Amino acid sequence: MNEISAGTVPARKDGKIKKAFLAAFPHTIPIFAGFWFLGITYGIYMNVSGFSFWYPMLMSLTIFAGSVEFVAVNMLLGAFNPLQALAMTLMINARHLFYGLSMLDRYRGTGWKKFYLIFGMCDESFSINYSAHIPDGVDSGWFMFFVTLLNQIYWFTGATLGGIFGSLITFNTEGLDFVMTAMFVVIFMDQWLKEERHISSLLGLGISFLCLLAFGADNFIIPSMIAILGVLTFLRKPLEKGGEIS
Amino acid sequence: MTLTQQIITIAIVVLGTMLTRFLPFLLFPAGKPTPKYVRYLGKVLPPAVFGMLVIYCLKNVSIFTGSHAIPEMLSIALVVALHLWKRQMLLSIAGGTVCYMLLVQLVF
Repeated sequence: MNEISAGTVPARKDGKIKKAFLAAFPHTIPIFAGFWFLGITYGIYMNVSGFSFWYPMLMSLTIFAGSVEFVAVNMLLGAFNPLQALAMTLMINARHLFYGLSMLDRYRGTGWKKFYLIFGMCDESFSINYSAHIPDGVDSGWFMFFVTLLNQIYWFTGATLGGIFGSLITFNTEGLDFVMTAMFVVIFMDQWLKEERHISSLLGLGISFLCLLAFGADNFIIPSMIAILGVLTFLRKPLEKGGEIS
Repeated sequence: MTLTQQIITIAIVVLGTMLTRFLPFLLFPAGKPTPKYVRYLGKVLPPAVFGMLVIYCLKNVSIFTGSHAIPEMLSIALVVALHLWKRQMLLSIAGGTVCYMLLVQLVF
């Protein structure tokens, strides 16, 4: 810290970091609402399942993948079965593979921050970091770092508070979780409005919906991913010939 | 489950999650040229993934029973309308969420 605050070059670095933070923060406000709601819910759920607040606190810090953390509660309550735990985790989180493939270029050249950017790449951080328009003069590495960090802080504090005080909440929060749906609709629309052709967007919506009908809520993600991958591979020639699609 | 078994279970969930996040970066490191097919996927996948995430959020909504997804459809319509009108991310999200909360708490 002392090194950073002394001298002119580090001072410029300070300004760069602050600028990136101020640019990133507004993008994370909806996540704050959503993660506090879901995180507190998760903390309460662990609490009523008989776990002390240490569990949601440490799990939100180390796992940081919402849906699998909820499932992990059941794993911890059941019989010890590490192989099944691994298989379930890989299935639920397989969608991260697509995020990684999409971020190979964007996370390049971010230095030491790259490790944390990948570690914290949840649905929300990926979506914002991929789609947000980062203003000129703002360092994209620091911008994405703060998006990821703020999101994890929201989730971590929510889960911890839920674990400690959860049972005291009394006002009616039913439906607040819709904030996540609304955010993904907006991100989908932003993508839609800036792309020339909507083939990939429509494929994502259509295939996932069909797979949801065919396989049900708990099993549709993997078939959706395979089908999306298959169709996009099949369409590679025409899509590449038509130039940029996103 | 003993405490040790709990710690092992949580460690395995952490490991599995990190595997899904780090694998593409380990397979295609920054120093080496990424295969063309993978770069193509990196370009065309995101729009499809955003579509998949919208469906993923709605996966537990039942079209055929209960409120027949009417609160969801109305609220999403409001999000779309607000966003086409003002293009203000926070306004669109807040408007849709408040609408949904009012609908499920007071109407349905």
